[in-house]
Amino acid sequence: MPDLSTYFRTQHMPTIWCAGCGHGIVLGAVLRAIDRVGLDKDRVAIVSGIGCASRAPGYLDFNTLHTTHGRGLAFATGLKMARPDLKVIVVTGDGDLAAIGGNHLIHAARRNIDITTVCFNNEIYGMTSGQFSPMTPTTRLATTAPYGNVERNFDLCELAKAAGATFVARGAAFYARPLSNLIEQAIKHKGFSLVEAVSQCPTYYGRRNKLGAGADMLEWQRTQAVTAEKAAGMKPEELADRFVIGKFYEADAPEYVEEYDKLIQRLKGGR
Amino acid sequence: MSAERARVRLMQGNEACVEGALVAGCRFYAGYPITPSTEIAELMSERLPRLGGKFMQMEDEIGSMAAVIGASLGGLKAMTATSGPGFSLKQENIGFAALAEVPCVVVDVQRVGPSTGQPTSPAQGDVMQARWGTHGDHPAVVLCPWSVRETFDLTLRAFNLAEALRTPVILLSDEVIAHMREKVELPDPATVKVVDRPRPVVPPSEYKPYGPAPGDEGREGYVPPMAAFGEGYRYHVTGLFHGEDGFPTGNGEKSAALLRRVNAKVDTRRSELIQVARESLDDAEIAVVAYGCSARSAVRAVREARARGIKAGLLRLVTIWPFADEAIQEAARTAKVFIVPEMNLGQVAREVERALHGAARVVPLPRVDNELFTPDEILARITEEA
Repeated sequence: MPDLSTYFRTQHMPTIWCAGCGHGIVLGAVLRAIDRVGLDKDRVAIVSGIGCASRAPGYLDFNTLHTTHGRGLAFATGLKMARPDLKVIVVTGDGDLAAIGGNHLIHAARRNIDITTVCFNNEIYGMTSGQFSPMTPTTRLATTAPYGNVERNFDLCELAKAAGATFVARGAAFYARPLSNLIEQAIKHKGFSLVEAVSQCPTYYGRRNKLGAGADMLEWQRTQAVTAEKAAGMKPEELADRFVIGKFYEADAPEYVEEYDKLIQRLKGGR
Repeated sequence: MSAERARVRLMQGNEACVEGALVAGCRFYAGYPITPSTEIAELMSERLPRLGGKFMQMEDEIGSMAAVIGASLGGLKAMTATSGPGFSLKQENIGFAALAEVPCVVVDVQRVGPSTGQPTSPAQGDVMQARWGTHGDHPAVVLCPWSVRETFDLTLRAFNLAEALRTPVILLSDEVIAHMREKVELPDPATVKVVDRPRPVVPPSEYKPYGPAPGDEGREGYVPPMAAFGEGYRYHVTGLFHGEDGFPTGNGEKSAALLRRVNAKVDTRRSELIQVARESLDDAEIAVVAYGCSARSAVRAVREARARGIKAGLLRLVTIWPFADEAIQEAARTAKVFIVPEMNLGQVAREVERALHGAARVVPLPRVDNELFTPDEILARITEEA
């Protein structure tokens, strides 16, 4: 087991996260992946937006940037262009990425810029104490959906793939090791990669929806997660209350920063 | 064509802006198409990659401002350009750059507003937004060119000030100045002064991203040295209130110290920052205060008034924020009437009134019909007041 404490700014801990929150597990998976890839801390930038997940960078001993709500990917895009030598990882939540930051997700994926995005998906706005997000399933309760959520929820992975992401995967906090493996592959992948990490918010989602404490919500993840391989042989009705984990898509495609650098080189040659 | 002759050119204000930015060392631009600033993006897309720099057309105005800040944290001098609606959208991230102290330049080529307004017509209605557009108390440095050549000079100066103070600087242009063509002679790039952000001199273990440089301890409004991401300093940047170490704090004293310092960076340097231009102001009984495109008509009006024996003078605001209170008070030693022609409903007239503390009478001269002032209408007002 790697000593993860070397990656933390322990003087700024404990974290702001509630007891039973899944975000610590997901963050651990991110760090184990970074450790396995063997990245130099000086060569890593962790960028986030606003929300519970987005507070993660402050606890991590890398170049860290906590930006405005939804804009992590846009800040990260400028940073990556300025410093192509950095491994840029965006940590974000479902509200930050799928709602207010949705446009930046679509276009970062379209450009296939070499940024790894890890979405800590707890299906709720936790920081503001429990409003429904674009990832909250229909009928679920939230402070702004007191009669049950009327809206339909996103499949973020399908969205990213359709927009042009070249690595798309979903994992879950309960399955921390496979999640970490997926994040490792995403970091190694050249191009835009998205890993959706199903997390849990017992405080503002679990309690209101009578899903139990953190451990109960993890148990739900354990029983309801289906691997992509297994899901391939299942009928849609069998998958109704389940969620699929695994690597969904990986492709080789021209990466944006490299393509722009080729343009610079071409112009230098006078062509 | 010799290099010297190449520097004498017929060019547009927006083009001069690009030239000024490139001479200043700008190597990253992110923007979104919007009239009347689009030529800046178009020219940047052509010029930057030839210099090894990078141009991005982002998915929206908000993302453009974000990418500019990200690139600046990566160590590049960075800018964006926009107009009213886009300027509104950028405001949250301009506030981020102000609080997180990330140098960058934002060009706002003013058009008629509010809302979509009149995209191809001139106005000067963003003066107050340039000062107070983002929420909270924040510093503002806003420069306002009146000619093509001055657009070059002030863009260069905007970068120098942004870098020196680690703060966003706004170039407040307008549709007339941006699209007007003039013959200009640009300076030899080797002769212009280019300022780079202060760099840390301490090793990473001792670096405080928002602490004073050695020797600056206790100095009001100090500018902390800035390392780029990836240089081994591994620090934290946040839009939350933070201590000298960069980490969020709920401590009221630390919060107050930060807010006071980022504002003091500008307030303690007023005399260096505030630039004005004067014409016939020494003995003027009637002062015209003008800026940007309106100042072009005003200077002509003042000259004509003088030719008629009226003691009129012009005070032109080159730096519009911080506001030139002292220069206005100085003019009030002789002038008892201040006429303020501007293409809005009186945004600067109110500031002039505030600066005068009743020492002279202020005559607002607003024009909001999308047409530039004629010298005659300003002259008529001067004659009326004489």
